[in-house]
Amino acid sequence: MSTFFADGMTIARRNLIKIKRVPDLLIFATLQPIMFVLLFGFVFGSLAGDGDAAGYREFMMAGIFAQTIIFGATITGAGMAEDMQKGVIDRFRTLPMHPGAVLFGRTLADVANNLLVLVVMSLTGLAVGWRLRDGAVNALIAYGLMLLFAYAFSWVMAFIGLKVRAPEIVNNAAFMVIFPATFIADTFVPGRSLPGVLKTISGWNPVSSITLVAREHFGNLFALQPPGTSRGQLEAATKYTWALQHAELYTLIWIVVMLAVFVPLSIRAYSRAVGK
Amino acid sequence: MSPQPAVIADGLVKHYKTVKAIDGVSLEVPEGTVLGVLGPNGAGKTTTVRVLTTLIRPDAGHAFVAGADVIKQPQEVRRRIGVSGQYAAVDEYLTGYENLEMVGRLYHLPRREAKARARELLRQFRLEDAADRPAKGYSGGMRRRLDLAGALVARPPVIFLDEPTTGLDPRSRGDMWEVIADLVSGGTSVLLTTQYLEEADRLADDIVVVDHGTVIAHGTADQLKDEVGGERLEVTVADGARLDDARRLLERVGHGDADITEHTRRVSVAVRAGTRSLIEGVRLLDEAGVEVKDIGIRRPTLDDAFLALTGHRAEDDEQEAAS
Ligand SMILES: Nc1ncnc2c1ncn2[C@@H]1O[C@H](COP(=O)(O)OP(=O)(O)O)[C@@H](O)[C@H]1O
Ligand SMILES: [Mg+2]
Repeated sequence: MSTFFADGMTIARRNLIKIKRVPDLLIFATLQPIMFVLLFGFVFGSLAGDGDAAGYREFMMAGIFAQTIIFGATITGAGMAEDMQKGVIDRFRTLPMHPGAVLFGRTLADVANNLLVLVVMSLTGLAVGWRLRDGAVNALIAYGLMLLFAYAFSWVMAFIGLKVRAPEIVNNAAFMVIFPATFIADTFVPGRSLPGVLKTISGWNPVSSITLVAREHFGNLFALQPPGTSRGQLEAATKYTWALQHAELYTLIWIVVMLAVFVPLSIRAYSRAVGK
Repeated sequence: MSPQPAVIADGLVKHYKTVKAIDGVSLEVPEGTVLGVLGPNGAGKTTTVRVLTTLIRPDAGHAFVAGADVIKQPQEVRRRIGVSGQYAAVDEYLTGYENLEMVGRLYHLPRREAKARARELLRQFRLEDAADRPAKGYSGGMRRRLDLAGALVARPPVIFLDEPTTGLDPRSRGDMWEVIADLVSGGTSVLLTTQYLEEADRLADDIVVVDHGTVIAHGTADQLKDEVGGERLEVTVADGARLDDARRLLERVGHGDADITEHTRRVSVAVRAGTRSLIEGVRLLDEAGVEVKDIGIRRPTLDDAFLALTGHRAEDDEQEAAS
């Protein structure tokens, strides 16, 4: 077990060096959320009407946070696929290292990546008027849970990367799945106002629950309050499923399940995979 | 009691759907010796190495490396081996130094030792100047050297080299041979695969020839060469009337009778001293005033070995396999 952590750190360092040598990835990963904050904030914000554009920007920040960290996990998947394509994985697999260390190191390096992205996004958000209105402790809980969720999800993507072995396919497939998954959720448009089946999907979508956790802990839950509704009415309408009523618990369940299923699956796939 | 062999493979089988990649490979590498595994493309060399280095599990058979069971104790095996695969397993984004230091850390060397060992190997492999550049910019030969250095980081007692010079230009190949020869003189047990008879001849104590996933011959380089016919000195004379003189002179340089092919005006004889025989031949012919159109040492190729050992040519097999 000690080699799991020590070897994992060695691999994490290797992946961070790579980010340093090929900064395009990181630049793209940080520019994209800035672009999203500005684009969504001002384009969708205009729909909310003059008085509420600022409120909308505050509302959607949690959604952009969730979408960005989820997309961040594709870096893990694409990186794993790239490793599988290149010969270096054969070197690792003949070394006396823990079989989970390559995956652990990669997911760990991507937490560092996500941390940086969260900082850049927060600064951009603050610049367009977003505020943390529920204290530092709650904000830290929100950030912590988002990082955990992203970490667990990166094991899912690692598994996909191991199976698919082509970074481009991982990126395209991820886009096809993650894009709808992060839109049919309580992210950019309030889930409660989605039509029919989309509303049901959003109600049980873990992207909604992680977004809601963040939104509540940032104190942004009432940023977009339709005229004539009380806070109580708005909260009740927002939390229209069990998952949303117990957003922290529901999110934690997803985190635990993703880790419990995909950590062993990925390690097994890694141990069995043969390089080229 | 004789010491246990460094590598024992017994009846290894690995099939992929319809392809029998290896079909009962057995071999041994006595401790402190070099075994050359010689075979054409597709013979099953890489598959054998992959099984012995714990990368794939065989469908049948047993193997022990440095006393550990490849199937039951893969982690033990990994502690005792160094591997340099057919495709250089270096991390392109890391520098040469970072690559070796990382490998040292993953062998669980203490940090300081990993760093010192990395520098030492870079010096030894003449990669000092490129040590702090990302491996992405390395030439093919440099990558192979870095990869080989990676195999040596932990000074493992058993080393596997899968086609270490395939695809290299002659100069890099010569460099590589020197490095491997050094290694061997240090007493490490080595299993080396190659498509080149010359390479096996230079580096290996013992040779097994593989074809279609099985071992078809086993012996020392000299034994196999005798079977194949060894090196020959070949001369084409300008004047057909001097063929007989040429034969007489060449028989003084070589062993046994010289062959004459009248219509090509060519004489050839088996020799054992390579370039020295060539020089000697040139001198004798020149002194006797025999004008030479062409002269050279012809070394037996893998094709010759196959022809001698199996009665068919390696290339025909490949075409068969491809069709
Ligand atoms: N993963 C694989 N899937 C299918 N066939 C394979 C695989 N690996 C090797 N083979 C086949 O097994 C045979 C032996 O391959 P290999 O061991 O790479 O030969 P060599 O290294 O001697 O060139 C070849 O016909 C090759 O195509
Ligand atoms: Mg091969």
